[in-house]
Amino acid sequence: MQNSVAEITLDIEKIRKDFPILHQEVNGFPLVYFDNAATTQKPKVVIEALENYYAGYNSNIHRGAHFLANKATIAFEDTRKTIAQFINSAEIEEVIFTKGTTDGINIVAQGYGRKFLKAGDEILISGLEHHSNIVPWQMAAEATGATLKVIPVLENGTWDINAGFKLLNENTKILAVNHVSNALGTVNPIELFIKKAREVGAKVLIDGAQSASHFDIDVQAMDCDFFVFSGHKMFGPTGCGILYGKRAVLEAMDPYQGGGEMIKEVTFEKTTYNDIPFKFEAGTPNIGDIIALKVAADYITNIGRKNIAAHINRLLKRATDGLSKIEGLRIIGTSENKIGVVSFLLDGYHPFDVGMLLDATGIAVRTGHHCAQPLMNGFGIEGTVRASFAVYNTIEEVDKLVKAVERLAARKRK
Amino acid sequence: MPSIKELEEEIISEFEILGDDRESTIFYIMELGDKLPQLPEKFKIDENLIKGCQSKVWLTANEDNGKVRFLADSNTDITKGLISLLIRVLNGQPRKEIINADLAFLNKIGMDQVIGSQRSNGLASMIRQMKMFALALDTKSEANA
Repeated sequence: MQNSVAEITLDIEKIRKDFPILHQEVNGFPLVYFDNAATTQKPKVVIEALENYYAGYNSNIHRGAHFLANKATIAFEDTRKTIAQFINSAEIEEVIFTKGTTDGINIVAQGYGRKFLKAGDEILISGLEHHSNIVPWQMAAEATGATLKVIPVLENGTWDINAGFKLLNENTKILAVNHVSNALGTVNPIELFIKKAREVGAKVLIDGAQSASHFDIDVQAMDCDFFVFSGHKMFGPTGCGILYGKRAVLEAMDPYQGGGEMIKEVTFEKTTYNDIPFKFEAGTPNIGDIIALKVAADYITNIGRKNIAAHINRLLKRATDGLSKIEGLRIIGTSENKIGVVSFLLDGYHPFDVGMLLDATGIAVRTGHHCAQPLMNGFGIEGTVRASFAVYNTIEEVDKLVKAVERLAARKRK
Repeated sequence: MPSIKELEEEIISEFEILGDDRESTIFYIMELGDKLPQLPEKFKIDENLIKGCQSKVWLTANEDNGKVRFLADSNTDITKGLISLLIRVLNGQPRKEIINADLAFLNKIGMDQVIGSQRSNGLASMIRQMKMFALALDTKSEANA
């Protein structure tokens, strides 16, 4: 039903005008940018926000007793308010600025995991995780004697729910899973698992890197303890992201880094830490990028995440339908519930070679293991070709991709 | 046996025919890889993998009357085409010629633009490894002399 609404409300050509980078030729062809799961492009308003900050009010924030410092501090803290609304956190202070999703997960794995985990405890992740939601937990497990457990993945790229439920028990202290798989686009049934995690008393971290710009996020309704995402995958700058945490859990945690900003009082004998959010924001933060992140969040909210999702689903359906008809093409990840990503293999071609051949006609895709080597190993493959969509992509662009892959299939060499 | 420079000129004129059509150029590189003599399975071991390539490239070399013979394979077709180009130019050449080859044809055909930065780094690793083989054989031969 949302589809019909979006078709009427979203003027994609108008949206495309907001993104200067899209209007260029690559290798003599108009750029078709289908690497959005890696990073999205930036609208003019975000680029201008960066320029305005550096040209107009660059200053270090908090404690500065002058005009520029005040202005920068207000803009910086405005982003916190906007993000709090963007994910519906109960309190503004529960929004911590980070470098990105990876940083957010590491803060929790080190600050919570290393403090509270002990031998015999279990951390439950899934077979669909990005390396950034595997390695920090392995490090925490190694340091504490806890064990990493993994929700198995079925042939269609979805969680094996029954097997996963058995792994979520009173030994589980942390459930850390992604909302949407970056490699396959599978939307995971996190609600079911969060509910079960609550029953067994496990803390929950949701990696929202691939979902924050597609779904209306309500961390209170979701009832997760932590929700992490990146600015650059939601039309914002690189190097900034968000760690949301429930106040009580954040207060119980150790800070991840020590330094300026995060202290209340320092003597050589003892330091007392600042309150949240500053306790987790040691050092001068990435002020300019975080200020511009507000503009990116507003940009998304103005278009409407339901509308964005509906458009992206249209693109995904068109791509899936078109690519499925190509002989020798195999889509990896065929869940009914997917968003934004189509991952595939083409007979007779290594994914790297498909990527380079598509680039020859201006189509940008990602090839390889997508930072999900265990998942690729599970499928018995080295990697895939991944096309991932954003709101500024068009049906015509999807058709170009399908035609280009058809041409490769027709030239199949072995 | 044509010299390295003569072989390079041959390749430059082949690529000139392809012009700016990048897709055809890449397909041509892949087809060159198809013609590469097969590398026996026993050589496809980790010790023969070239470091610094994203794709897997196995390379081995031996010597036949002062001329170096290379054998190679790759798990991706474009990379196999690239190593086959290098083999076409360097195979059967005297050791010193290989060590001193500047392989300027790669620049002349604009290879770095065709294959991008990551694969250009891989290509540089292949060249380095081929020269290392020639150098090792040369050093060994001088030690025996």
